[in-house]
Amino acid sequence: MEFEAPAVQLGAIGPEIALVTTALLLLIVDAFIPEGEERWYLAVLATIGFGVAIILAANQWGERELQLARMVAVDNFATFVKTSVAVFAVLTVWLSRDYLKRSEDEESEFYALLLFAAAGMMLMASAADLIMVFLALEIFSISLYVLVGFRRRSLASQESAMKYFLLGAFSSAFFLMGIALVYGATGTTNFYPGGGGEGIAGYLVSSAASDVDLLVLGVGLLIVGLGFKIAAVPFHMWTPDAYQGAPSPITGFMAAGTKFAAVATMLRLFVVVLYPLRADWRPILIAVAIATMLLGSVLAVIQEDVKRLLAYSSIAHAGFVLTGLIAANDRGLSGSLFYLATYGLTVLGAFAVVTVLAGRKERNVTLASYRGLFYERPLLAGALTLFMLSLAGVPLTSGFVGKFLVFGAAIQAGYWWLAVIGMLASVIATFFYLRVLVVMYMQEDDRGLQPAITGRLANSVVGLTAAATLVLGIVWGPLIDLAERATVFFA
Amino acid sequence: MDVAVFVAVFVLALGSSLAMLFARNAVHVALFLVAGQVALAVAFLLQGAFFVAAVQVIVYAGAIMVLFLFVIMLLGVDQREALIEPLPGQRPLAIGLGALLVLEILYASMRGLDLASASPEGSAALARLNADPGNVEALARLLFSDFLLPFEVTSVLLVAAIVGVMALARRMGGPLTASERSDRAEEVAA
Repeated sequence: MEFEAPAVQLGAIGPEIALVTTALLLLIVDAFIPEGEERWYLAVLATIGFGVAIILAANQWGERELQLARMVAVDNFATFVKTSVAVFAVLTVWLSRDYLKRSEDEESEFYALLLFAAAGMMLMASAADLIMVFLALEIFSISLYVLVGFRRRSLASQESAMKYFLLGAFSSAFFLMGIALVYGATGTTNFYPGGGGEGIAGYLVSSAASDVDLLVLGVGLLIVGLGFKIAAVPFHMWTPDAYQGAPSPITGFMAAGTKFAAVATMLRLFVVVLYPLRADWRPILIAVAIATMLLGSVLAVIQEDVKRLLAYSSIAHAGFVLTGLIAANDRGLSGSLFYLATYGLTVLGAFAVVTVLAGRKERNVTLASYRGLFYERPLLAGALTLFMLSLAGVPLTSGFVGKFLVFGAAIQAGYWWLAVIGMLASVIATFFYLRVLVVMYMQEDDRGLQPAITGRLANSVVGLTAAATLVLGIVWGPLIDLAERATVFFA
Repeated sequence: MDVAVFVAVFVLALGSSLAMLFARNAVHVALFLVAGQVALAVAFLLQGAFFVAAVQVIVYAGAIMVLFLFVIMLLGVDQREALIEPLPGQRPLAIGLGALLVLEILYASMRGLDLASASPEGSAALARLNADPGNVEALARLLFSDFLLPFEVTSVLLVAAIVGVMALARRMGGPLTASERSDRAEEVAA
């Protein structure tokens, strides 16, 4: 038996290579700079890395191929997710730059881990094999565990990192067990047929319906592992604590990026590969989605800490996105993509405002401390208003369009009652988003809350995300068009 | 020859396991565990499972046990280990579950596990694989062809983990500055 070397198309993982290289470069460059110097170059290098990654990812648009021994799918779907994740990460880098400025926490490791995390998320979006999914998931999870605990002198940060790590490791074990069962059932971990194997998709086509018990069990465990990452009930326990203790820019990135990467894998896995099995996974996900939407919205109502409030809101949003996934039709796919891209920008913006007000010491994060913000900082309060309205799903914001698309997809698929429950949850959620506005506009405070961070970069992140939230709420056509073209999977 | 090796391995594995249970010093316990793992690796070799034997030595006897030893050394070897049980009812539960495990092993070895012949084509394929390139070579081929990318990506995972550990470990133990102390006090109060 002669050994045949596989074709190595490095272009397929070009964006990831760019990010990992930049991360290593950052670590090396930093070693040569004497201590006590301004470390602006870290953020600049990271930005360049993400810029290269975005260009390389965008270049893959239109391709449709399985590459690197069928381990990664190069398709529009992956490109869409990769580009979005890179944009989220760039905004996070800029925000982090002002957040960390001149502090001892501003280290090359922070940016390097951010780059690794983004690389893992990108890899997850294009993974066409369960092993790849697992490795990508672990890369970004491990980076995020450390980033959550990066405020090393803070007990809260360490506690949240520990909780996130332990529960995360636990969920990874479920995910691995799921992979093992799927492999036991189908004899493969690859998604698509071809290259001498039939893949999971091929197995489902060729096998009788009664043969899939073990596969269904494995898929259930995969739902546990992925549900943990998107913070779906009942795997959401870590979310409020981790979100609260983490440095605020990282919280925003977790909410935007992790959710996008994990849902992207779920879309590829469930809606495309396991589509013939939908009678089995749909009921599970419907139960999860209903619990997630309702519990997230209801529990957010009683939160007094803005970061915890946004954490429960992000749980609720995981449920909303799942309705698009459950619909499992074209509108659901493109709707979920649109939803996650716009939700990511909005939630990053919301956490940018929190970051600007809270600063590196994470003070002023209670709802009460936002009293009368409008009279002190009208622009900041205006931006936060926009983000809250978008998260609530008010028309003329991107959040409305996203909700409209995923609920519309659910109705089209015959799950009108799921859409009704979703709308009900949105109404409950509106209550606490409006509560933030009431506090900002209608209550006065003589303390005069001042932003803890006054950097131009942080302000530009708030401005850019606010603009995106507004513009995508009015001119949604082009992005929906892109999202629709992104649902052409390799299949 | 096989029987002689088997007996030697058996005595070594069982002996070191027992010695592990009764050793007083934590470092000795860890070293006995290493001896047991190596003995098991030889047992795997006897079965013709070369890859598993190598992994057993590298991963268990090597990496994991070194980690054990590091932790023991770092925490300090305390001779007078506290014998208060943190979990009530732990001991009877452990004895019960242990007995169950012994029964299970006895049952399985009496009946004989016949995993391979459960699916004839699977066992034939396994025999073919073991005969032609051998299972180590077959694994190597897969690792450098179909699973080349996961193999390489694992290194990225490890680098990310190392960077994370470095970031967390640095300065962690240093004393708090005055402003940090007041921050900490505020945090605890809140």
